[in-house]
Amino acid sequence: MSETWWWPYLMIIVAGWLATDIWRWLGVLVGGRLREDSEALMWVRAVATALVAGVISRLILFPTGALAGSPLGLRIAAASIGFVAFLLSRQKVVVGVLTAEVVLVVGWLAIGGVR
Amino acid sequence: MTALSEPPTEVGPSFFQSFFRGMQSMVSIPALILTAAFVGYAGLARESGLTLGHTLVLAGLVWALPSVVVLTGALTSGASMLTAAIAVALASVRLMPMTVALMPMLRVEGKTKRWQLLIASHFVAVTAWVYAMKHMPDMPREARLPFFLGFAGGLSSFVVMMTAVSYLVISDMPPMVAGALFMLTPVYFTCSLWGASRLSYDKAAMILGLFLGPFFHVYAPGLDLLWTGLVGGTLAYAGVKAYRRAVQ
Repeated sequence: MSETWWWPYLMIIVAGWLATDIWRWLGVLVGGRLREDSEALMWVRAVATALVAGVISRLILFPTGALAGSPLGLRIAAASIGFVAFLLSRQKVVVGVLTAEVVLVVGWLAIGGVR
Repeated sequence: MTALSEPPTEVGPSFFQSFFRGMQSMVSIPALILTAAFVGYAGLARESGLTLGHTLVLAGLVWALPSVVVLTGALTSGASMLTAAIAVALASVRLMPMTVALMPMLRVEGKTKRWQLLIASHFVAVTAWVYAMKHMPDMPREARLPFFLGFAGGLSSFVVMMTAVSYLVISDMPPMVAGALFMLTPVYFTCSLWGASRLSYDKAAMILGLFLGPFFHVYAPGLDLLWTGLVGGTLAYAGVKAYRRAVQ
């Protein structure tokens, strides 16, 4: 990181805040013209949903930080079993999340923890 | 507190009633999971050498976990401002279609000002978006914007505060705990995104996105999320439309 104290803050404002909020502001400008029941909005919703799904699989398949130390197969298994548990529990998010976490931690411990 | 002079047509809740109802709804599983995910992030920020001030300003101003993680990586790798801005902008493109989809729901025709929507838009991120898309269609139109401000604004204030607390308290997080906290986000996103999909378009788009995401990550790194959204979303939209036409 740079020598001056304010440089990281400037980075955060320009490369973080502006680079992120510009999309939200553009979204307001475009979304302000669309009707709630229009076909165009259906398409935009589908694009947004697919994007978020892309974020999900990226977080599971190519994680950053400590999660990267766990085996890929275990992460996929944990997420899939969690999702099935969510569906079986009449879509209770807590059940899905807790199941996935249990599978991950138990599996991780079973193979000998963090290497 | 219903004043007798109030016209009988005025049945909707006031701005503050809806705002506080939004804040009350914050006490929920999604908020808990997001908080836990940011507790995990606090560990990453600390490991990466960010100060408490950096961490707070970053989390609060960017307010979208994947973009927060990308910028943290750029800061620690000593990337130039331009490189960092491009990386973060690419990671944040998804916020635009999300905002586009949300705005018509928040807006009251001829009443809501654009600056109000611009302020509200800062709080668009997956957790609040999914919650809003799921619950707001059942609310009276006037109540939606204040509800969203209360829920999403309250959520980000609370989460940023908790990030600060965990930055200070947790000095050395065991890798497995940190890993488990990072796993919360994708699993929670999967379940809640499915729960929020009211239309078959959305469900098809989600399934396609899950499989196209890794594909484009390998073959179009950098622009992968954009391609995933455009290709997956368009295929889902066109596919479901064609299927419906064939069935009828």
